[in-house]
Amino acid sequence: MQTPTLLALLLLLILVVYGTGFSRALGAARSLGGVRNLASLPSYYGLFAALWCGLPALLLLGAWIAFDDTIIRTMVLGSLPDKPETPSGQNLLYAQIQNLSAGHLIGEKTPQLQSAADYLDRLRRNSSNLQAFLSLTLAVGLAAFALLRFSPKLCAREKVEKVLRAILIACACAAIFTTVGILLSVLFESLRFFQSVPVSEFLFGLHWSPQMALRSDQVGSSGAFGAVPLFTGTLMVSAIAMFVAVPVGLMAAIYLAEYASRRVRAVAKPTLEILAGVPTVVYGFFAALTVAPFIRDLASSIGLQASSESALAAGLVMGIMIIPFVSSLSDDVINAVPQSLRDGALGLGSTRSETVRKVVIPAALPGIVGGVLLAVSRAIGETMIVVMAAGLAANLTANPLESVTTVTVQIVTLLVGDQEFDSPKTLAAFALGLMLFVTTLVLNFIALHVVKKYREQYD
Amino acid sequence: MTDLTQAQVRERIAKRLASRHRKEKLFRGLGVASIAFGVLAVVILFSDIISKGSGAFVQTAIQLDVHYDAQVLGIDTVDDESLAWANFTGVIRQALRERFPSVTGRSAKRELYSLVSSGAPFTLRDRLADNPGLLGKSETVWLATDDDVDTFVKSLKASKEGFRGRTSDQKAGWIEQLLDSGELKKRFNTTFFTNGDSREPEQAGIRAALMGSLFTLLVTLALSFPIGVAAAIYLEEYAPKNRWTDLIEVNINNLAAVPSIVFGLLGLAIFINFFELPRSAPLVGGLVLTLMTLPTIIISSRAALKAVPPSIREAAMGMGASPMQVVFHHVLPLAMPGMLTGAIIGMAQALGETAPLLMIGMVAFIVDVPDGITDPATVLPVQIFLWADSPERAFVERTSAAIMVLLSVLIVMNTCAVLLRKKLERRW
Repeated sequence: MQTPTLLALLLLLILVVYGTGFSRALGAARSLGGVRNLASLPSYYGLFAALWCGLPALLLLGAWIAFDDTIIRTMVLGSLPDKPETPSGQNLLYAQIQNLSAGHLIGEKTPQLQSAADYLDRLRRNSSNLQAFLSLTLAVGLAAFALLRFSPKLCAREKVEKVLRAILIACACAAIFTTVGILLSVLFESLRFFQSVPVSEFLFGLHWSPQMALRSDQVGSSGAFGAVPLFTGTLMVSAIAMFVAVPVGLMAAIYLAEYASRRVRAVAKPTLEILAGVPTVVYGFFAALTVAPFIRDLASSIGLQASSESALAAGLVMGIMIIPFVSSLSDDVINAVPQSLRDGALGLGSTRSETVRKVVIPAALPGIVGGVLLAVSRAIGETMIVVMAAGLAANLTANPLESVTTVTVQIVTLLVGDQEFDSPKTLAAFALGLMLFVTTLVLNFIALHVVKKYREQYD
Repeated sequence: MTDLTQAQVRERIAKRLASRHRKEKLFRGLGVASIAFGVLAVVILFSDIISKGSGAFVQTAIQLDVHYDAQVLGIDTVDDESLAWANFTGVIRQALRERFPSVTGRSAKRELYSLVSSGAPFTLRDRLADNPGLLGKSETVWLATDDDVDTFVKSLKASKEGFRGRTSDQKAGWIEQLLDSGELKKRFNTTFFTNGDSREPEQAGIRAALMGSLFTLLVTLALSFPIGVAAAIYLEEYAPKNRWTDLIEVNINNLAAVPSIVFGLLGLAIFINFFELPRSAPLVGGLVLTLMTLPTIIISSRAALKAVPPSIREAAMGMGASPMQVVFHHVLPLAMPGMLTGAIIGMAQALGETAPLLMIGMVAFIVDVPDGITDPATVLPVQIFLWADSPERAFVERTSAAIMVLLSVLIVMNTCAVLLRKKLERRW
């Protein structure tokens, strides 16, 4: 049976079981003389039966769908007498078997392959039959069990609520699972990478050229995985972005909070926030097609040589993207500074700007610093703008008019296209991802800590 | 100090005051300049995109007298099989030769043939399939031109010469001749909205990407909204204050700030390599975006729950409702509008996201419109990324036009969120 049909059948069954539980409860209530003589409302009896019927069966189905391919694959490969040793060889062989069973194999058809493909077909058929049989039996059996346990004294509501509560907790744990998933997936692949490339070379090497040779005698056959040029490139682009975003965002927030009239604020604030809603790929397009050529022409008109993909263009546009982020965070902390502090400073005869510079900003400083740190982590992790406008060449340079590459750009270039997951070339992307994850995590952690600590000051 | 007369003091204060007022003005000016810079960036960004992209909504077409000659087509009846083999290119070439009888020589002829899009034979095939009676007869049709012609014609307005690119003087002469006689004109570009991706700009459209985006968003919404709301309910209404819930809280806040590309790495390693789900599929894209938008939805849902006053809970509790009933019958309906606005904003973020989808193979060149969540598909932002990389000049305006479509969808979504919040906002 196909999975969608099975799923539909299960849902139908759940509905039927709910209806049965509900009507049985009603029937029992009638003979007892009213719903109030039941331990719970009738709908809870329905839900109780439906949960028994549906939940285990659906969980089984989910686990089945998630793991059956892996198990079938192991069984098929295990049935072969002489299989290749390497994982990539096994992948290739398995792909061939799959193609043969789907009926479009390119290449020669050996009897061994044919028998493996037949075995695969048989396993798949058996698997889907068994899946349907088991989940339906489970659903029907447990539904019968729940309905047999039915009695007017059964506290169905409490049991249902216990299950619902467990589901709520499971959903709340999704965040933990995600973090663990990120860590495990990135860490695991990174460890495989560090088996072939030493950590010290990755962290301190000055040369990045992640090609792997197809033949051993090829020119430049061994890849170089020194990530320092990527780190400096990332830092340069982020620094340029912060150089644009911090002053502009901060001044904009100050003006909106301290000077602007209601009407100006009502127009200017949402306008700035548009910048936050624009997808980054649009900024990338803007940077690559409008800003970068403009900078190149401008540089050549004053006699400088600028590359058509420059760190300056990417950083500038990224800065524009981050302005609303900085300004809204600063706006929050500036507004949180108590009015009494301002009134005190103004009463002593300071001008408004003096009040802002000498009283408001120092009071809001921890919050602003936290916001800027969050913005930095955003700039470091930003991908599309740099992919489209910063370039691919790993240059170790301090000249913002040259093209640089960043950590995120390299992750994208290493993983887009055909890949093999046992070459250091693709695994390097996961090592870079680990660096990125750890760096931004640390920055965010510090930032959240700083912001939180500050918030408690005026409480 | 004591030596100073009162007049001197006053003079000093006046001087100092003037400089302080100057500084005040400067500071204020800087604030205005910052706002102006931000607003200017918005204006430049939008006007740049609109001026580049508005051209893509029209497309140059050429008028030709086509003769559906059975001999040239090489078929005698109109049925599916013969249509598939029929030589419509020959028909178009014949029509072009008849229109410009003076053109001789191989290279000149080849140039003449390149006036018409390579997709034009399919237009003719569809016409003949719809009206089988046309076989052997003639008809005047408008056919899409090649993208070089299209770009040249569109750039003529900007400058007398126009953008030449691969257009030779001879070809430019033909084009101007056709323009003068009204046989070449611009019409609304329906192809852009009905086709999938193509290597030929004049045949490329955004339909496949829009459908892909729609499927991906559906998966994201179906997963992230229930899970996010459930997590928010637990954390806000039930969770005891202990180390475990603290850990969950810190985790959610941190996940909200993890770079999106890291979620792409997660999707690649777990969903594709480990669970072997299909590559480039909206299903995997939706799963990855779910994980990404989950923190946003949880945070906004918690805020919405927090905004429901405790008196509601206490009243329900006092009437004998169980804690679960309090939440599901009383608090949740009141918090729903706030949760929905959060969900819309999260979906808008997911719609604009590109980087994690590159990791799970949604950058593949896919022409077909996807029919389900496991078909290979691409999404609008990725389509924009792919087109932005294409060398043909005509793709610049297509890219900008796709950006305009994406931005308008986003603006509609955000407006919805704002309106919903305004409409359902209530004070207790």
